[in-house]
Amino acid sequence: MGNLLKIAFRNLLRYKRRTLLTASLITIGVVFVLVFTSVTGSFKNMMIAQNTDSMLGHLQVHRKGYVASIDNLPLNLNLKAGAMARLEKTLNAQPEIAAYSPRIKFGAMFSTFVETTNIRLNGIYPERESAVVPLLPARILEGKKSLERGDIWLPELLAKGMKAKIGDTVVIVATNKEGSVNGKQFKVAGVLDSVTGPGGRDGYIHIEDAAEVLRMEGMEISEVAIRLKDFGRLDSFQGKLDALLAKELNQQGKPIFEIHTWEKLSPFYNIARMIDVMTFFMKLMLIAIVLVSIMNVMIMAVYERIREIGTMAAIGTPPGRILSMFVLEGLSLGVGGAILGDIAGAIIIFILNMLKITYDFGRQKGFVLHAGINPADIIVLSVIVIIISVIASLQPAFKASRMEPIKALRHV
Amino acid sequence: MELVVAENVHKVYQAGEVSITALKGVSFKIEPGAFVSFVGPSGSGKTTLLNLIGCLDKPSEGKLTVAGTDVAALTRTAGAAFRGANIGFIFQDFNLLPVLTVYENIEYPLLMVQEVPVKTRAERVLSLLGSVGMTQQKDKYPDQISGGQKQRVAVARALVTNPKLVLADEPTANLDHKTAFMVIDLMKKMRDEFNTTFIFSTHDQKIVGQAETIFNLEDGELTGTQGKGGEQHGQPA
Repeated sequence: MGNLLKIAFRNLLRYKRRTLLTASLITIGVVFVLVFTSVTGSFKNMMIAQNTDSMLGHLQVHRKGYVASIDNLPLNLNLKAGAMARLEKTLNAQPEIAAYSPRIKFGAMFSTFVETTNIRLNGIYPERESAVVPLLPARILEGKKSLERGDIWLPELLAKGMKAKIGDTVVIVATNKEGSVNGKQFKVAGVLDSVTGPGGRDGYIHIEDAAEVLRMEGMEISEVAIRLKDFGRLDSFQGKLDALLAKELNQQGKPIFEIHTWEKLSPFYNIARMIDVMTFFMKLMLIAIVLVSIMNVMIMAVYERIREIGTMAAIGTPPGRILSMFVLEGLSLGVGGAILGDIAGAIIIFILNMLKITYDFGRQKGFVLHAGINPADIIVLSVIVIIISVIASLQPAFKASRMEPIKALRHV
Repeated sequence: MELVVAENVHKVYQAGEVSITALKGVSFKIEPGAFVSFVGPSGSGKTTLLNLIGCLDKPSEGKLTVAGTDVAALTRTAGAAFRGANIGFIFQDFNLLPVLTVYENIEYPLLMVQEVPVKTRAERVLSLLGSVGMTQQKDKYPDQISGGQKQRVAVARALVTNPKLVLADEPTANLDHKTAFMVIDLMKKMRDEFNTTFIFSTHDQKIVGQAETIFNLEDGELTGTQGKGGEQHGQPA
């Protein structure tokens, strides 16, 4: 093998310019895919993190049927104390869960005594909510980062539009599930940066205040947001929790709960999917580049060396060894191109990070690009390039190995 | 026992709808250790005959045995293995592999065909480099040496596997007269040293005289034999 490799290398060096051009083409392709994957991956991760860590959590549990009517924030589909106790018992037993946070979500009227408008509110346990959506405190543009009974965090646009300032007293008026109207005064404790995505322009109050406004006799929870210790295990955990909660049935023998990951709750999942599809097509283009360029070079190499192939065959070189010789040439080109591409790609990604390029996401501005790539992705990409290089070399190599020595020796 | 036996060998090439008969019932025997030349004008069938003896091609009719093996019965892979074990080739255009040095070109059949251990390989290659007078040039590439030197390397490469038979198709055609004689002398010397049978083709009458046995070919037919070590049979001259 070592000697075959030596001959393959020397044959590649024999046509330096052609080898350089082909290897460069593969290198550029690998760099392009790596940089594209890392940049779009950075954007995708930021987008997912903004959705999961600011508002949604990794997954949510609702009463069956709630999500179908989620735009109405239906209070009659909240989870009652009994169901919550069963749910909490299950959740507390799951080691994969880092934290979970019950929420009461409702629509209300918001009044500054001068003007009135509508608002969507989340009643939360502040510490538990911060544990599930850790970016929430970071969204406080002004005011205090703790939320106590009687406090309200207002979304920035609403606060601006209603000219509500920190420390102002405002009134929240809401109708409960029986149709009874109730109001409560709150003090503006903080103004929240709006974020792009579902719930990104909601206000927050303490969950006990929410229960009071809605005149709940016992705590009735709209949703439970869950944060996992390992986001990568989201799908497997969803399956596990699904199976566990499917056993929890109501008096009619139907499931009480429904579980949704952030993917089902956020429209940005489709953008994340689109990024994945684009990355896939980039990889397909790279495969095409490698396939065509290496096959082209190897076909030319075989054509130019027909007499040499004839000589080798006449001397008695086994056909398999001639095949290996040409496959190794293609393989070397692929390996060389992939390694150079990996190195160049890593350097470009490093430079991109050094430049601290900023970009906007919806109304949010100034996100710094953190281009990064999983080493496993580099390995997979390199392996794909190498395998395609071998496949591209096979046909010309097979042709060389099947060549009749007598015809090859006559070739001019 | 004869090394090469040809019995009524015919070779017909098909060029489109036209059949070209290159050999017309050739019969001869060649003994081991012979220094044989096939002589004849261009198109007489010399190269065709050498290709058949070298197991690079198969007769259309008749029987040809080399070292006791029926050439027609060899498959592609078996043919390659047979050539690697029994036959050395010297080509008119030298056909050295350009990416290998002189040393590596001679070593190639031992390495790629016979997979001989490294120590034996080195001994054999260095010995042959000495025999053909190319030790000083062992690290040079083919494009750094003269035509005569290339053919000496080709002779060494043909002999490195200790073949029973060396075939040389017009080995002196691309050499000047003086170098051509040197190469033929070298081949003869190698035959004497290793007792290898040499069969070469030529149309150069001055070179022909160097052969111990001469088979004359004309229009695909054997028209006569001179010298010892070979025998024409079964076919009138």
